[in-house]
This record gives sequence, C-alpha cells and structure tokens, in this order.
Amino acid sequence: MSHRLIELQGVTRVYRTEAIAVEALRGIDLSVDAGELMAIMGASGSGKSTLMNVLGCLDRPTTGSYHLGGRDVSALSKDELARIRNQTVGFVFQNFNLLPRTSARENVELPLLYTPEPLSWREIRARAREALEIVGLADRSHHTPAELSGGQQQRVAIARALVTRPRLLLADEPTGNLDSRTGLEVMDVIQRLNDDGLTVLMVTHEPDIATFASRTVVLRDGLVRADRRTRPRRAAHVLQDWQEDDDVVLPPELDEIGAADGAGPAAGVERTDEAEPTEVRA
Amino acid sequence: MKWSAVPLVAGRALQRHPMRTFLTALGIIIGVGAVITMVGLGQGARHEVEEQVNRLGQNVVLVFPGARQLGGVSIGGGQANTLTIEDALAIRDEIPEVVAASPEVRSQRVVVYGNRNWFTRIYGQSADYLQIRQWPMESGAMFTEEDVDRAALVAVVGQTIVDELFEGADPIGESIRVRGLPLTVIGVLAPKGMSLMGSVQDDIIVVPYTTAFQRISGRSHAMVINVQVYDQASMGIAQDKITDLLRERHRLAPHQENDFTVQTQEEVAQAATETSRIMTVLLASIAAISLFVGGIGIMNVMLVSVTERTREIGLRLSVGARGRDVLAQFLIEAVVLCLLGGIGGILLGLTSTNLIAAYAGWPALFSREAMVVAVSVSAAVGLFFGFYPAWKAARLDPIVALRRE
Repeated sequence: MSHRLIELQGVTRVYRTEAIAVEALRGIDLSVDAGELMAIMGASGSGKSTLMNVLGCLDRPTTGSYHLGGRDVSALSKDELARIRNQTVGFVFQNFNLLPRTSARENVELPLLYTPEPLSWREIRARAREALEIVGLADRSHHTPAELSGGQQQRVAIARALVTRPRLLLADEPTGNLDSRTGLEVMDVIQRLNDDGLTVLMVTHEPDIATFASRTVVLRDGLVRADRRTRPRRAAHVLQDWQEDDDVVLPPELDEIGAADGAGPAAGVERTDEAEPTEVRA
Repeated sequence: MKWSAVPLVAGRALQRHPMRTFLTALGIIIGVGAVITMVGLGQGARHEVEEQVNRLGQNVVLVFPGARQLGGVSIGGGQANTLTIEDALAIRDEIPEVVAASPEVRSQRVVVYGNRNWFTRIYGQSADYLQIRQWPMESGAMFTEEDVDRAALVAVVGQTIVDELFEGADPIGESIRVRGLPLTVIGVLAPKGMSLMGSVQDDIIVVPYTTAFQRISGRSHAMVINVQVYDQASMGIAQDKITDLLRERHRLAPHQENDFTVQTQEEVAQAATETSRIMTVLLASIAAISLFVGGIGIMNVMLVSVTERTREIGLRLSVGARGRDVLAQFLIEAVVLCLLGGIGGILLGLTSTNLIAAYAGWPALFSREAMVVAVSVSAAVGLFFGFYPAWKAARLDPIVALRRE
C-alpha cells in the first residue's frame, strides 16, 4: 500500500547576496513514503529549515528535482505552489502563528478561505469544527489564542493544518515552545494523525522528540548524514507513565526533574532495542 | 479564494484599532465633507443664478450700447451713447417678432417723503417693462402709454421703498420728491429678492422713460433697450433683425463694427452661470486637496498595517493565499476604510452645508449625484492610495515574513 509521497533528487538551495553565495542545501536525496512519521534533526545551520521550506513549497530548489505525490513541483509558478501549500501540505510552526484576537474556529478556517474552488460557509464551518474535534478542542472553538494554553494553541494550529485534508503535515519544532508534558500531548496528537495515514515530517533538535518518529534523518552542512528507522515510542504511553509519576506528590520545583526522569529511561530502552541505522548517506 | 470573506477580514482588522481607524477615516471624512459642502453651495449658487436669469423675463433680448466687450458679456454697460429712444421705438414698431421694447435709463437719487429720505435707483422704462420682466404688481397699477407720452410725474415703487420710505404704510396716492420733482406713487411692485449681482431688486422706483430722460437723469441715450420677442423660436431671427435695423439706423458701413451689442437672456445667463461655475470648481478643488491629504493618511496607515502584520501575511501565504489574494485583502481594507470615511463625509457635508446655508443665508443644493460621486471618489482614493501598501504586502516572501518578529 505504501507509495512514494516525496522524492528529492540532488536538491540544492543556494542563497546569493552580492558578495557571497551560501549553499544551504548541497545535494539532498531523500524519499519518503506515504504514512511515515519522520524526524529531521541537525544543528542550526545544517539546512533543516531550508529543507523544510523546500518540502513545504515555500521555496524552490536551486537545482535538483522535487516530486510531491508523483508531480514535479520544483519548477512550478508561485501561484501553483500556493495551491499546493493550500491543498497538499499542512504547516505547524514552533510559535504556533495563530492570528491574535481571532477565535480558534476562525484561525482554523483560514486555509479554507483560499481553496481554489471556494467552499460554502456551511462547508467551511463544518470542516473547521471537524478539525477541532480531531485535536479535541471542539469546545474551545470560540476562544482566542490568548485564552488558550500553549498546548491548546498548538493543537489549534494542528487543526488549521489539517482542515484542508492535506497528505503531508510539516511541523517545524512543534514542541519547541512547550513544556515537556504539553509537548508530549502534542506528539500524541501527531502520532494519532499518523496512525490514520497522514504523512508527518517534523524538524526537531530534541532527540527525545525524535524517538516518537519511525524514521530520523540527520542533516549536517546541507547534506543528509544519517537516515535510520526506529520503532517509535508512543507518546500516549509516556503520558500514562507520567500520570503514575504524578501521583507521587512532588514539590512544584521538582516537577521538571520528575518529568525528565519519567521520560528518560523509557527513551533509553527503546533506543538500545531498535535504534539501528538502516541507511546512512554521507 | 472566498471573496465574501474579504470584507469580513478587512472589517475585523479595522476593528482591532478603532482609534486609528477613526482618525484615518477622519481625513477622508473631512475631505469628502468639504467637497460635498463646496459643491452643494456652488450648485446652490448656480441654481439661484439660473432662477434669477429666468426671472429676468421670457424671451428677452438686451441691446447694450457699445461694441461687444472682451469675454463676450456686457451687463452694466451704458457708457457709450449710441442707443436712442427712437432706436427702441423702431425695434418695437418695425420688427414683427418683437412684442415690446423698453429704453432703459437708470439714475441714483435721493428720494424724499415727508421727513424721511432714501437713496435709491430710479429706472426710466416704457409702459410694457413689467410685462417684459414678468414682474407682477402687488397693488395699484403700472403707468400707461399715455403717461409715457406726456412724461407724467408718476412712479411705481418696489417693496424696499415701501418699507424704508413709508414704513410699510400704503404709499399709493402719496407724493414723493426727487430733486424737488414731485412724483405720485400709483403702484407697488411684488417683492423680487436679490439680483444676479447681489443687489436688492426691490430697491427700485420705475418711472416713464420720458420723465426719466427729461426731468431726472439729464441723459439723452438709453443705457439698455429691453426687448421682448414673440416666442423662443424667433429669438435668433429677432436678434439678426435688431442688428440689421440698428446698423442701418446708425449708418454703419459694412467694414465698421457694431456700436451696440445684442444679447439674449441665455447669453447673459451663461455668463453668470459660468462665473458661479468657476467659483464652484475653485472651491471644490481646494476641498479636493484635503481629500488628497486624507488619502495620503490612508496610505501611511496601510503601510504601518502591512509592517505590523507581516507575520499574518506570511501565515496567509503559507496556508495557500496567493500574492493577489493578499493584494486584494489590503486593497479592500483601504477601500472599506475610505468608504467609511465617505459615508461620514456625506453626513458631515450635509450638516455643514445646512449650517452654512442657515447662518450665512446662502442657497445650498445637494444632489444625489454629488453623494454618489463622493462615495465613488473615496473608494477610488482607497484603491489609489491603498495600492502601494497592498502591493508591498503581496510581494512579501512567505519565509521572510514568517520569520519577522
């Protein structure tokens, strides 16, 4: 059943200023099957943001080809790229990027305002509601971002990414601005979406978060340096353990330490079991 | 994209900064208000001028002494002595299209009644002058042809004279004095109001032209000959015939220019409306400058708005908005802002026109077209001044825009 969703061949991206040319991507070959949950890791400057922009059709490769869903998108016009961003790709950002003073429902509706064939308001309302139900926030649809917690805001952002029923979800440090527990909750949502067949690519610099992915790609200096498949941890299980730990009454200032302890061993176990590099490119 | 969402989004964005929205719209409110006020007052003035020209009488041709002046208009005139009483009589008697002709002579004199006196204009006219001017009598009667023939010492007075000299009492049968000459008041003219030139038309005494020429003005030539033509269709022919007749009577050789000017009421009206039209255009252009300044305010605020909302723009682009969708959004926002200003401007314009009309006593006129024009102009101002900021927003790179703090 699995088929290629993403196929990158020799993708480079060079930023030119008057004086210098910076090679952010120096020849990326990467294929992703539909249904994968992939983590992209790398130090800052490794090109992971640039790769994300190319994958999300916000940017075009300088050379090389990018096939998304079997279609070559590396040479499409700006408007055609906008259409793909609207229909095929959903974005989740580290800082949520919700419109302030705008209700969760309207934030989620935003991409539906730009569909190539305009939808009826009834359809827009129904799909926004459906997306909020998926992330478990249907009862918060009238709240503005300021009235929501960080985790809830990120879930609204996920609902917004889902509302056009995309095939690919791109998440840039989705847990970066969240505390560990809400980060886990968000990962749980992402994993459940992945279970339902959504392909997810997420950039993260937290090895902990990468363990929830079924595949991890490491970038360095604009090249793929490692690409390994692992058996993912389930965020739901970690959350369960967490709640058991939570029963032990800890003084508030020790909460953070407790959290690290709770997640640490579980991650360690899975890593030793399954984390074998299956494919490495230099 | 979903077009019905665009005005909603624009309204939401404007709601977010109510004070800023109001102040920006205020520029347009004042601009549109000023334009409406100026156009309203200008049109009122023009309408008034047209009314007065119509009140001049029906199918009237005016013959002035002297050649046609520069600009084509000679309203006061009367400097040259080329028109005689005989000319007037000849026009009346020899041209079939002419119904009536009155040689006019004006003098400004002090008039005395009892121990009161009043400085006024005395018009020498023929018996059919009131018919030419379409001027009804209030009471009494106009003097007759017979009175004219024997230069009778009779006078018909305007309403101002009744008020000032007789303190509102019935003047008929009373005797007034002009330079010691006693005139018996035999009629009162119906009130007429202000004239084209702003003088009070009711401040007038009409006497037979014979009386005026011989005993009051000391002149021998007519300042104007008021001619009434049979009907509208005959105006052109009558004008030509009057010209031919007078050229013949004045023994002008073919190469000589006319020593008189024949003008129809329309030509006088055109000149007068032209003047008020120029005033209107002048006032409206000054008002348009304030609308322009308001437009610059719109542009400024939209630029600020685009900068502030760079991330929002980046987000919209990243979820599939095309450049032109963003352009449309900011353009519509500017247009909505201007339309709000336009509606406010209409209200302000109506109010201020009414106030000015009430306190200064100027006539004012609002037309529906002026409001439609005001609203469409303000929308156009929005499009024009909103375009640059919107274009700036539309060509933002989504990656850069999203990263902006």
